[in-house]
Amino acid sequence: MLQTNLEHVTSKEQLQQIINSNEKVAVCCGRMGPMCIPVYDIFDVFREKYPDVKFMDMDFDIPDAAVIRSLPECRTFRGLPFTIYYCNGKVVKATTSIQDAKQVKDVISEVFS
Amino acid sequence: MSQATHPFDLIIIGAGPAGLAAAIYTARAAVRTLVIDQSSAGGQVKTTHQVANYPGFIEPVPGYELAGNMKKQAEKYGTKFELAAEITAINLVGEEKWVKIDDETYTAKHVIIATGSSPRLLNVPGEQEFKGGGISYCATCDGEFYTGKDIIVVGGGNSAMEESLLLLQFVKSITVIHQFDTLQAEKITADKMIKNPKVNILWSHEPRGFDKKDDRIIVTAENLKTKELITLERDGVFIFVGMLPSVDLFRNTPLQLNEQGYIVTNEKMETNLEGVYAAGDVRDKKYRQITTAVGDGTIASLEIIQKI
Repeated sequence: MLQTNLEHVTSKEQLQQIINSNEKVAVCCGRMGPMCIPVYDIFDVFREKYPDVKFMDMDFDIPDAAVIRSLPECRTFRGLPFTIYYCNGKVVKATTSIQDAKQVKDVISEVFS
Repeated sequence: MSQATHPFDLIIIGAGPAGLAAAIYTARAAVRTLVIDQSSAGGQVKTTHQVANYPGFIEPVPGYELAGNMKKQAEKYGTKFELAAEITAINLVGEEKWVKIDDETYTAKHVIIATGSSPRLLNVPGEQEFKGGGISYCATCDGEFYTGKDIIVVGGGNSAMEESLLLLQFVKSITVIHQFDTLQAEKITADKMIKNPKVNILWSHEPRGFDKKDDRIIVTAENLKTKELITLERDGVFIFVGMLPSVDLFRNTPLQLNEQGYIVTNEKMETNLEGVYAAGDVRDKKYRQITTAVGDGTIASLEIIQKI
């Protein structure tokens, strides 16, 4: 399994605890393999740039990732990774497929500013 | 708003194998080197599952590992990185070149452009809108979403056919939309597709737009011979129509590009602009491999080291 520099979410309970205890959370839920690396790496770079945002990753294929897969915001999604942005415990934005740094930056400005 | 200026000897734009190879050489020669990339380091290599033909590795090496090691090696010698960075303005003429990122300005007498290439888009209505919601560019990533479904593949080259063979493990049927009368893929791959009963090929057609009806994608395609427009309704579309040089940043500069948009260089990797070099897939050349990119980066860096 791909090891990233991000904190890795392994259960739905852990995810719930993180979004309850952090105001701004971004979770990239994808295959822990090379194809999703562009987004994981952008998150890694942005950790320093946006210290108030908690950037995480999660394996799309584990059963507990159903908490993300079954979100209404992801109903029509058919492209990995699913990237979910939470503010004060609520989903404020979800994107599908690979996003570039500018797209991620724009979302962060939109939902977390 | 305050503007900070950061002087370097060399700015490398692009952190793929060409840019990183150049950085390893120049930083090791005490050339103050900055590498800028709009994404993370590694270029296309980082998303390659296994690299089996890079010298020095007896067993295939994961692309992200190879790319990660190249970056660490460049860092070890003192290369500075600005990653996930959006260049907002650039000057490639005169003795001092500069690049702006947000409120920061980076200057150097030498620039190596190693921005590589990226997947070509069709640029038709609906393509961006439905990306990830019915339109995909990656069979490995998204094929499973289409298990038992009917899909369209756009393209007839090696990538399109190899990705299609992978998709056939999941889907019920594939309709290939291809602009020519024959597949451009290698014969052995093309034959596997043509003979597969789950595959139907729409020759001499090109997509003109995408729309959505409930969860299905509506594709409008044009017959290039008769100009007739047809519509197809499927569960998803995968697009594999080749690569394009990443040169958008340089369109409004005097940098010389060839007809396909690749940067023209001589054998020293020099462009038509003094002090500006190009290396790797973005350069006009015949073979685009990791090894040739590394070779280009090495040549450009040695030329620069000689001049500093």
